[in-house]
Amino acid sequence: MGRMSARVTVEEVERVAELAHLELSREETGRMLQDLNAILEYVAELNELDTTGVAPLAQVGELGDMASGGAVRPDAVEPSLSRAAVMQRAPETDGAFFKVPKVIER
Amino acid sequence: MSGMAGEVRITESLVEKPETLAALRGEIAAGRVKAAELAGSYYERIEKKNPRLNAYLSLTKERAFAQAERIDDLAAKGDPLPPLAGIPVGIKDVLVMRGAPSTAGSRILQGYQPPYDATAVTRLEAAGAVLLGKLNCDEFAMGSSNENSAYGPVRNPVDPVRVPGGSSGGSAAAVAANLAVATLGTDTGGSIRQPASFCGVVGVLPTYGRVSRYGLIAFASSLDRVGPFAANVRDAATLLGVIAGHDPKDATSSPAPVDDYGAESDKPVAGLRIGVPAEYFAEGLDPEVRAAIEKGIDALRAAGCTIQPVSLPHTQYAVPTYYLIATAEASANLARFDGVRYGYRSPHSTTLSDMYSHSRDEGFGAEVKRRILLGTYALSAGYYDAYYLKAQQVRRVLAEEFLRAFAQVDAMVTPTSPVPAFKLGEKANDPLAMYLADIYTVTASLAGICGVTVPCGATAAELPVGMQVLARPLQEGTAFRVARAVEAAQI
Repeated sequence: MGRMSARVTVEEVERVAELAHLELSREETGRMLQDLNAILEYVAELNELDTTGVAPLAQVGELGDMASGGAVRPDAVEPSLSRAAVMQRAPETDGAFFKVPKVIER
Repeated sequence: MSGMAGEVRITESLVEKPETLAALRGEIAAGRVKAAELAGSYYERIEKKNPRLNAYLSLTKERAFAQAERIDDLAAKGDPLPPLAGIPVGIKDVLVMRGAPSTAGSRILQGYQPPYDATAVTRLEAAGAVLLGKLNCDEFAMGSSNENSAYGPVRNPVDPVRVPGGSSGGSAAAVAANLAVATLGTDTGGSIRQPASFCGVVGVLPTYGRVSRYGLIAFASSLDRVGPFAANVRDAATLLGVIAGHDPKDATSSPAPVDDYGAESDKPVAGLRIGVPAEYFAEGLDPEVRAAIEKGIDALRAAGCTIQPVSLPHTQYAVPTYYLIATAEASANLARFDGVRYGYRSPHSTTLSDMYSHSRDEGFGAEVKRRILLGTYALSAGYYDAYYLKAQQVRRVLAEEFLRAFAQVDAMVTPTSPVPAFKLGEKANDPLAMYLADIYTVTASLAGICGVTVPCGATAAELPVGMQVLARPLQEGTAFRVARAVEAAQI
């Protein structure tokens, strides 16, 4: 298992922003770099704990005596929201589909 | 930090206590108060006080008056009234209401009017509640001071130069200033409990899965909970009884029957074993907060509880664990805001890819971007094991530690927050300091257990202190019972 590294670089912040579809200004990138490093340095405290052999817990339903995560509902088709109701709030639509800018230049 | 509690208050208090829910309902049932007039008087108060407090973002008058008239008709006919008949309730703006603005405190959802109701909203209305409007909060419920709202901060009615706490700041402030009899909020790492304690009201963290998340704009799905705020424990218990219960629309919703929380909260506390975790009284706790909580513990002892120390030695790891898990889940949940189907779309783009990034860049605020970046980083190739997986492992350690401690005690009591309400702007530029304000609330979030925060005295400057009462999964009734005893002691 990899270890937490204390420092991220400008390039890493830019790469992560791209993955998250966030466009950061130069100024924002600098600020985020500073904040992320402060936060990552703090969370590195978890390295003190030896968690070898501990199963990850994604959901408290996995714990024995918790309330949730029990029943699986029957797989039945039920009516969902009408297209008209949903399309009403779309930024751009032709009534049947969501319209977006061109994906490929021709 | 501890010095500020001793400062003299320089602004006027806007605190006002609402009538109890039972008293108001009784008046409506007897025909002495009309639900429509009651709603009207709440809207008048909102008009007067909200410009100062900024608790409400939008009002749902048409829907509120239609419901109030239905209740008045029932009362006129002498028909039996539902449990919340005519009670004015406000809704945090992360819960959707059909046809009403639902912004989640974000610019990216400006103008969005969802075509459906959250389950908690549906249940409140079916129980007769009159829904007044939508309440301000930190953007996507990310924050501990309500300063991250795109629509301006909420002010604390106790002292308007101070924050109301967050993220459900509007929900807490509205109850404290009597701009609603009760409200709904959401709690992912402390977002109900901390603002309730800052504003001097009662806030409930239900067990994970106890209240449906359907219609809650998701922040961190394995942690998000919906719960009530009220001016007293009994009213909070009544509200939880209405919104709790199985919902097939939420796959994590619990099928367990819902207890009669009102009856549970009426039971005496004598004989209950109350644990006091030493780790919650360590360095960083404001001495005035500590003194108030110790008085609360003395009151429980005097009421016949057995007070015993418990140990939760991994507590210090809860905040880093929480911030890794919550941001990782947030980065995935917030991927849906892309300008395609609803909400804000940037007009400045010629390609699809530009549209995504421009819409998100212009639509999200700084804290949301920070958390998306942190979460994306923790989930990205090469870092997943070191951050996200590690945090999930520590989450199990923390959750099991809590459940083990509950083998020896019926409930635990702690301060809800290490400090009373701080001033606007005081921590706004230090995200890490803001995260540390959640130190006493995040572990219960990670463990999925339930709790109630109840007013427990005040500092010399009259800033409210909240005691957090934690109980085993699905034992909300026990938490209410203990909270009721603290409330009765009038510390």
